[in-house]
This record gives sequence, structure tokens and C-alpha cells, in this order.
Amino acid sequence: MSDINNNSNNKKDKFLAEENKKRIVEGPDGVKFEIDPLNDYFCDQRPQVKDPKNKVVEKFLNWARAESLWVLGFGTGCGSIEIPPLMTPRFDAFRFGIQMRPTPRQSSVIIISGYLSVKTLKRVIRSYEQMQSPKYVLALGSCTINGGMYYDSYNTINRVDYYIPVDVYVAGCMPRPEALLAGFNKLKERIKDGRAEGANEYAEKFDWYKANQKKIIKDWNMPDYNW
Amino acid sequence: MNHIIIKLLYTLLGLFIVLNWGLLMGTIMRKITARVAGRYGIPFYQPWIDLIKLYTKRTSITHGIMFYLGPIFRLGGGIGMFLFIPLIFGSENFSNFSWSGDLVLILYLQFLGMLGMALGAGDGGHPNSVIGISRGLGQFTTIEVPMTLAVISIAIQYHTLSISEIVAAQQGGILNWTLFTNPLATAAAMLSLLGAFGHSPFNLVTAPNEIPIGPPTEYHSSFLGVLRTNNAILHVIEAVLFMNLFFGGATNWIELIVKTFLIYFWSVFVGLVFPRFRIEQSVVWFLKIPLVIGILAIIIFI
Repeated sequence: MSDINNNSNNKKDKFLAEENKKRIVEGPDGVKFEIDPLNDYFCDQRPQVKDPKNKVVEKFLNWARAESLWVLGFGTGCGSIEIPPLMTPRFDAFRFGIQMRPTPRQSSVIIISGYLSVKTLKRVIRSYEQMQSPKYVLALGSCTINGGMYYDSYNTINRVDYYIPVDVYVAGCMPRPEALLAGFNKLKERIKDGRAEGANEYAEKFDWYKANQKKIIKDWNMPDYNW
Repeated sequence: MNHIIIKLLYTLLGLFIVLNWGLLMGTIMRKITARVAGRYGIPFYQPWIDLIKLYTKRTSITHGIMFYLGPIFRLGGGIGMFLFIPLIFGSENFSNFSWSGDLVLILYLQFLGMLGMALGAGDGGHPNSVIGISRGLGQFTTIEVPMTLAVISIAIQYHTLSISEIVAAQQGGILNWTLFTNPLATAAAMLSLLGAFGHSPFNLVTAPNEIPIGPPTEYHSSFLGVLRTNNAILHVIEAVLFMNLFFGGATNWIELIVKTFLIYFWSVFVGLVFPRFRIEQSVVWFLKIPLVIGILAIIIFI
């Protein structure tokens, strides 16, 4: 709890974005006050484990969650080109209750659609943490499993589930939209079985995930948990 | 005492029917849109599942008190409009709490939800919300002008501000409808209705592929559930208002459902044919054609 948001005090301060640094601001009525964006603007509460409700209710809710998958419109790597065809007449993912949402607050699924560069990983973490629980991760393509053809690249990560909890992997380079649809169906099965508890897993092993993330992202200039 | 409780129960029943019909109507329209695009589209039960999912999300966050109150204001505006509009003409139970000046109150309540939403979304602090709000309020103000002119024209025509009396004056055959007795006011109002429903030419404010979804960018979980519930109610209620003012009202639920469907379909039909306007285009458009027709509708009564 205490080590959250302590970035402004350590040596990594030099990476802090200009708008996130402590500064003196003058208000419209001439009063000067100090603001510390990392402490003032962001919540410093760690993610909490939210236990499922009783079995019968949870089964019904999981069914509803599985039939209403709102996908965050977030594309990384080459796989993002496989997502738009899902909404076309040929594949028509709307039939399966899959809809695209433009903002992480409203979505429940994030698709990691290919290799993750170090820079994108940061954005993925921020987007994932802004999504509301229960949330699911679908990783698309070989690059997300073991690095794929970028396994020895200096700037991409190899395994996504070191950094965020992945529910379903879809293998291939690149998987076609049919494979992606199959992946969605697999994800639905997992949700209905009550096995897709990625958000709770992330909260339980928060320190482990954070340590892994910070190993990769050297210029960590944001709060530890982005509500 | 008993009377008011029975009335309240019937009003709740009416609200339940209106909510579910609103959700179903939205689905049918999305199905139609999908068929036009050559798709099958969402299953018909999708909005109900979406609502269940939204209301039972495990976490939600807040950005402040107004962030909480925004959706409540919006829902208050929607339900407030519902409470003062007579649904079924001649039915004691389904005329809700309409009274002699309800038309003015409804014009006011239409704006109330919008303002509440603006305050709430502003508290969310997301830049996209703020852009969306400025666009939404700008567009809605220009929508209100021709709509108000049309309403004033009807008020002059029928010498009343009570919706029930306006409906009563239109009974006795299709030629008594305002559509035929006052076509100019109908035209002005139906054109501004396109903006009020927010379908394609005028959906800049909340279109997902514009600045991400506009005012509700930060809204999630049950907040978004409340907003969606309100949208379903509001769509039916707007259609019921127009049905009462221009298309002779309804004497039973079947008539109400058919007429509201057709009124809503009008905006979807236009939306499928015309692409989206930019904000300056839509504002200028509302201040040109519908406004001129609205002024003409007033002038002919002077």
C-alpha cells in the first residue's frame, strides 16, 4: 500500500512527464497552491480481489457476461488488421454478442493483437487497469505466446502473461478472423465455467506483475495502478 | 388514497412496458441497420443482457459527486417526461400525471437531462467528454428552436398547452391529425426530431467512431446501465410525444407501438441514407430549413 505512487521521491523522477511533476499553481483569484498530480489526481488504492457471489447467481451472471463481450478498440502489431473484418457481413461477430467499444472504461475484453513493443506494453497496462472487473484478455498470434518471429528482438516482449493475466491464446501468424472467432467462443466457455477470473488473479499477484512490468519499462512515469 | 396508489401502480406498469418496448425497438432498428449492411446483426435479447452485465459489474470508480448525479439527472429527465405525457388517449390509468400545462414542462424536462449529463460528464474530466458536451449542447440548442416554434404553433392552433386536449382535438379521422391541419409545424418538428433521436446525420455527439463516444467516455458499469435504461425510455417517450402532438395519439397499446415504431423508424431511415454531418454543418442545417419552416408555421397564424 505504502509503496504505491512513491515514484516522485526516487531517482526515476527524471522520467516523470512534465504535467505529472510537483509544481506551484496560481489560481484564478491569485491564491498559490502546490499540486502533486501523482497523489492528487490518481487513486492510490491497490486493486481488490472481488469474490464471486453465490454459485447460482454467479452462473447466471457469467452467462450474461459471456454473451455480452465488449471489446476495447485497441490494436497492437499486425493482428489489429484482423479485428475490423469481424464486424463485416462475412464474419459478423455481432451475432455472438461481441461489440466494439471505444473506451477502456466500458469494455470487458482487451485483445492483444500481436507483438508488444516496450512502448505499447505501457499503454496496454494503462488500458487494462482502467477496465472494470470482470475483465478478460485474449492474446492473438504467436508473438504473444513466445515472441514468434520477434523472439530475439531488442524491443518486444515475448510472453504476455508475465505482464497481464491472459485468458485465451489464439496461435498462428497471423490467425485468420475465423480463428479469432473460435478464440472468442473458447473465452465464452471459460467465462461460463467461471474460470475467467483474470482480474482477481491480477489483484492477488499484483506485486509480481508490477515487478515484471517494471523490469521491462525502464522509464516508469505513471502511478503504479491506473484507475 | 386508494385511487392514487392504483394510479401509481399503473404508471409503473406503463414505465415497464415503455422501457421494454424501447429496448426492443432499439434492437429492431439495429437489426434493420444490419440487414441493410448485409449482416444478421445482434440477437434480439442483446440489450437486456448488456444491461444485466452493466448493472452487475464488480467494480466501478467515481470522479466526484456530479459524476454520480449526472446519470441520475438524465434518468430523472427521462422519467419526468414519461410521468407527464398521456400514453393512451381516453384511458384513465395510462394517462399518467398529465395536467393542463404539461407541454411546457416536457420541453423543459427535455433539456434537464441534457444539462445533468453535461455536468456529470464534465466531472469525469476526460477531454473527449468535454468536447462531446460542447458539441451536444450546441446541437441540442439548435434542435430545440424549431421544435419549440412548432409547439408554439400547435398551441396557437388548438388554444391549449395540454397534451390531452391536443390529442382530443385530433380525434375523429385521419384528416383531423395535426399532420394535415398544420403540416408546416409537423415538418419543422419532424426535422428537429432527427436531431433529438441522434441517428446518423446528427449522431456526431455519441458516435463511437468520433472522439470516442463523446460525453459518456468515462461512464462505465452501472452508471452506463442507467444511461442506457434512460435512452430506451427516452426514445419511446419522444416518439409518444410526437405521436400525441402530430399523429392523433393512440387509443390502445397496439396503436401506440405501431405509431412510435414508425416515428422512430423515420429517423433510422434518414440515418441509413445520409452520412454523418460535422457539428458546424448540423448546427447550420437546423438553423436553416427547420427554423424557416417553424417561423412560417407561426406566421400563418398571425
